[in-house]
Amino acid sequence: MANALINAPKTARRGDTIEIKALILHPMETGFRPGTNGTIIPRNIIEKFSARWNGEEIFAMSFSPAIAANPFVSFFTVARESGRVDFLWTGDQDFRVTESVIITVT
Amino acid sequence: MKRPGFGLTLVLVFAASFAAAQGGGDKRRTGYQDMSAALQQMADDETSNPGLLFVKAGEVLWKQPAGKANKACADCHGAVDTSMKGVAARYPAIPKDADKPVDLEGRINLCRTGQQQAEALKPESEDLLALDAYVTHASRSLPIAPPADPRLARVRELGKALFTRREGQLNLSCANCHDDNAGKKLAGATIPQGHPTAYPVYRSEWQTLGSLKRRLRNCVIGMRAEAYAYDSAEYLALEVYLMDRAKGLKIESPGIRP
Repeated sequence: MANALINAPKTARRGDTIEIKALILHPMETGFRPGTNGTIIPRNIIEKFSARWNGEEIFAMSFSPAIAANPFVSFFTVARESGRVDFLWTGDQDFRVTESVIITVT
Repeated sequence: MKRPGFGLTLVLVFAASFAAAQGGGDKRRTGYQDMSAALQQMADDETSNPGLLFVKAGEVLWKQPAGKANKACADCHGAVDTSMKGVAARYPAIPKDADKPVDLEGRINLCRTGQQQAEALKPESEDLLALDAYVTHASRSLPIAPPADPRLARVRELGKALFTRREGQLNLSCANCHDDNAGKKLAGATIPQGHPTAYPVYRSEWQTLGSLKRRLRNCVIGMRAEAYAYDSAEYLALEVYLMDRAKGLKIESPGIRP
């Protein structure tokens, strides 16, 4: 059950600074915690998050085990041309989720 | 020309004083009002509230056929916006041909085992919380309205008795905190009045969504008493009493709490 919520404006004026917010469901298990039987729960975190606007990377970040579950990322970018923004989360245990939004620049 | 205006002013003055009197009479507050502005903003924005992730997952499950009957919730109930509007506001309730109340999660599981002929979902499982959140979300900002079923009165009495009964090593009752000392501090946190308007709730401490039962369990363990089983009559009685105590307050699920 992997799903994400993206909050980005549908339209923007050319040259405007816009805020994009991305929220994803993920346990972000640190790999340091013992489970109920005393053994360590294996690490399961998102390692990388990136956003590409028409293929060009506009934002990327690496996650660490200290980041809470269901990470929420907000960043700013400048609207240059209409197109699609692709979001990609990758992480432990072959975690891979993609999401995209269309932004029209006028 | 002047008279209608004067009349209107009178009506407005009357309405305002009436509203003030109403507001002044009801001293109930929900935990939402005691949260920081940042958390309130996070809860109100449907793209930053992590509870909405579960609502979204619930929408998928709602439309997905399950069990031997191979039926989805949507096959019988249709869209939640119409069929489930206000439903969460009147649970727990006693179903037809039954003598014990069920809460919304119990109702979902009754549908699963009865109509869908599927296995009941486990308490606090992601799927059950997701369906609960999705159905409850359809009642967001509607007032809590417990059913006028006379059979519930006895359960409510039991709930009230549990709420006011001291137990555990600390010898506390729910009422000691949530009636007598609400609004004061317990360590760094404001003690809420304990109105279940936000359930299933996303707690930062849990880093996930949880049901009212999980919250009650937390409190019981905090009182150093022995927690009840998830399907116990005690939790249901408490839920029935708490919903009645919060009658008229608006549902804000999925809420956020520290």
